[in-house]
Amino acid sequence: MTATATASADLISMPELLARNVLKFGAKAAYREKEFGIWQSWTWSEAAEQIEALALGLLKLGAAKGDHIAIAGRNRPYLYWTMLAAQSIGAVPVPIYQDSVGEELAYVLDHCNARFLVAGDQEQVDKVLDIKDDLKSLQQIIYLDARGMRKYDHSKLSQFHKLQDAGRAAKSELGDELAERKVNLTYDDTCVILYTSGTTGRPKGVVLSNRNVIETSKSSSQFDDLVSDEEVVAYLPMAWVGDYIFSVGQALWTGFCVNCPESPETMMTDLREIGPTYYFAPPRVFENQLTDVMIRMEDAGHFKKWMFHKSMALAKKVGPKLLNGNPVSTVDRVKYWLGDKFIYGPLKNTLGLSKVRIGYTAGEAIGPELFDFYRSLGINLKQLYGQTEATVYITMQPDGEVLADTVGVPAPGVEVRVGDNGEIYYRSPGVFVEYFNNPESTASTKDKDGWVATGDAGFFEENNGHLRIIDRAKDVGKIKDGRMFAPKYVENKLKFFPNILEAVVFGNDREFCTAFINIDLNAVGNWAERNNIAYGGYQELSQHPKVLEMIKSHVEETNLSVAEDSMLSGCQVQRFLVLHKELDADDGELTRTRKVRRRIVEEKFSDLIEGLYDGSERVATTTEVTYEDGRKGSISATLEMRDAATVATQRIAAE
Amino acid sequence: MFDQPESFLTADGRTIGGVMMEMKNITLRFGGVVAIQDISFDIREGEIRAIIGPNGAGKSSMLNVISGFYNPQEGEVWYKGELRPSMKPFEVARQGIARTFQNIALFEGMSVLDNVMTGRLNHMKAGILGQALWYGSAQREETKNREVVERVIDFLEIQDIRKTPVSRLPYGLKKRVELARALAADPKLLLLDEPMAGMNVEEKEDMSRFILDVNDEFGTTIALIEHDMSVVMDISDRVVVMDYGKKIGDGTPKDVRSNQAVIDAYLGVAHD
Repeated sequence: MTATATASADLISMPELLARNVLKFGAKAAYREKEFGIWQSWTWSEAAEQIEALALGLLKLGAAKGDHIAIAGRNRPYLYWTMLAAQSIGAVPVPIYQDSVGEELAYVLDHCNARFLVAGDQEQVDKVLDIKDDLKSLQQIIYLDARGMRKYDHSKLSQFHKLQDAGRAAKSELGDELAERKVNLTYDDTCVILYTSGTTGRPKGVVLSNRNVIETSKSSSQFDDLVSDEEVVAYLPMAWVGDYIFSVGQALWTGFCVNCPESPETMMTDLREIGPTYYFAPPRVFENQLTDVMIRMEDAGHFKKWMFHKSMALAKKVGPKLLNGNPVSTVDRVKYWLGDKFIYGPLKNTLGLSKVRIGYTAGEAIGPELFDFYRSLGINLKQLYGQTEATVYITMQPDGEVLADTVGVPAPGVEVRVGDNGEIYYRSPGVFVEYFNNPESTASTKDKDGWVATGDAGFFEENNGHLRIIDRAKDVGKIKDGRMFAPKYVENKLKFFPNILEAVVFGNDREFCTAFINIDLNAVGNWAERNNIAYGGYQELSQHPKVLEMIKSHVEETNLSVAEDSMLSGCQVQRFLVLHKELDADDGELTRTRKVRRRIVEEKFSDLIEGLYDGSERVATTTEVTYEDGRKGSISATLEMRDAATVATQRIAAE
Repeated sequence: MFDQPESFLTADGRTIGGVMMEMKNITLRFGGVVAIQDISFDIREGEIRAIIGPNGAGKSSMLNVISGFYNPQEGEVWYKGELRPSMKPFEVARQGIARTFQNIALFEGMSVLDNVMTGRLNHMKAGILGQALWYGSAQREETKNREVVERVIDFLEIQDIRKTPVSRLPYGLKKRVELARALAADPKLLLLDEPMAGMNVEEKEDMSRFILDVNDEFGTTIALIEHDMSVVMDISDRVVVMDYGKKIGDGTPKDVRSNQAVIDAYLGVAHD
């Protein structure tokens, strides 16, 4: 640890970190990718050679210092190398969400004036070729997987490996230039530009400097004692700051190995094969995993079911206490040990989480029940709170101080304060440089002393100093009777039910709260099959009387739990409907990181909200949908509105 | 190291070459029923050739003649410039002709991987003893065959069901596995019997893309039978149209579409 800490003074760029790793860990695996059914791997030395070849190839293409090189594709070592190759020549990598539709991609490419695009496959290339004429600055597209592009005009296309070969051939000619570019990098040069998906408005390009990334990677690695033997699985979008810090920043800082799955569909199998020791997943992934487990348990025999539920009840009681080091009776310890042998261990193995030493979740508040489920299995799952503008970290939970409803203490080097209106502000070495080409937004987010407004409302718990997030500051409101309205709190409780994929709660300035529910097609479809309920598709299933009945029971259960919190008891859902379509990022209803865009949902389905409040029994509606290839269509449906029982509580005003 | 996918791709670009297979005056009878009546056409190197026609037109019989499953009573089959004598299907397969079936013919109890591996049978030379003991050339051969199979699996994007028993797969995926098995044989000529039958629009689009990609990347000549006119017209280079065992049209999709006999056959006119 001390060796790396002292060395840090001179390590001021990503290429320098890479060179350090080649010296220190040269023969150790740095990247793995499953391809053709086998884990292919590259050591730090091999990776460095690949990166150098690509960097020379880019020089050969005429890439200049400060050029922006966009990257679009799924997590693959080649694309991580592209980021490092770009940085080696003084250019700036700009990773883009691979599932962006053409228009979004065009916006980012145009906004950052990208000169080069490195694309994973034909799908990404096609999106750009459609809009190529509008992009004045784009000169060359480099693609990885050649398939399907044999007939394309190759004047503006080059194949990744061929470009590397060209780079290798030009080493004698361009080697000095490359070395010079690397030497000229400074601590305050731009390291990467990450476009935030943004729950409102156009995406903004967050400029992070080498200082931001390296300081943050260093302090967060030390916080959790990350070592070079960690294994991580890189499966989250490369354009997301979390992936950049985990799979590039921390990986380079500590020298651990980054594993890329074979395809998004094989992710779970690949996760099991690798058995990561350091794992990050947004709540949604944990939710899906839990849903899968629950579905399979429903199909299991009576004895297995009984064992499972019995053990999980014990785990719920004992597991989190054991992890936090709280006192537990000897009898319970023995029972838990047995449970671990028969249930928890095999279950963790199935989930691919057996070896997880440190697990994090963030991006959205996680339902306490969901969080405790994983903790109770003995998985050291913790929460952190952060954003792109902070280079991820604002607060994080130290080992042994993990609570479901708070997000921990300020991360090392981060100052946090809560404003008068409840909004959270922070200042840290990770605070972003600026929004690219957007001084107004920069000025409105970051003040002259370097304090950044998060847009989230929260407070520090008095007894332990942990930060608790209530909701987005602008989403927190009041119900007509004056009680506090915090939709996310209720939505998270609803989403813990495996049958509910997404929920949107309304109630600001209204008499009472209502909700839109999205069913989880996997879970509800499986349930329908077991109960002999016939249905013709998502829409029909969503409006089936028995499904509505089931969702109603979930809503009422949620109301019971919401009523327990005296401050938020007004948020009980009195009426709800089940939406006829899944909320989708392609339709703009979710961000690319799958957060609900509340305003857009409100606008788009205003007729349905009206129906919920005017007492209608059912409302007919037509909704426009966008298909993955950008075509538009529409679906019509008649939606049932249902009432749900609420619990009367003493009225305590939010003040 | 397998990190260079191109090495597997043989053809450069799409060039439609000379005649690969020629059917000359084929007539096929089952007792008194004439399934195919005096039909001649050719299949050129590197093209996608479709055979279409209404139900009972004799399309599948034609494909079975090409694959050597049926021996026509009259007419000649020329393959790569040589007159093909009557052959058993496995001998035809050894000549580099692979096929898929209208009613999926996979080994239901076996995994996708094992099913696709069976496509490599003709490329396995090791003896029974070596195979049983997993020794020497048998081992090397299997490794090599597995590599080919894995490339096909990668190509058809079925990595996630590699180990799944075929019986658990939905229909559309089974069709894709069948295509994978045929491709694993590394065929020169690929025969597809109604590759899109019973599929929904999305599955049809996927399958069309795979067929085009196979043709494009491996340079495989493809002859396919299909019901769905729109798909055929989109992906094939030339089309043979059959009706009641006779050839009523032959040419590019555009020619065929404007051919009066074809329009009549599809829309229906009184047959005397």
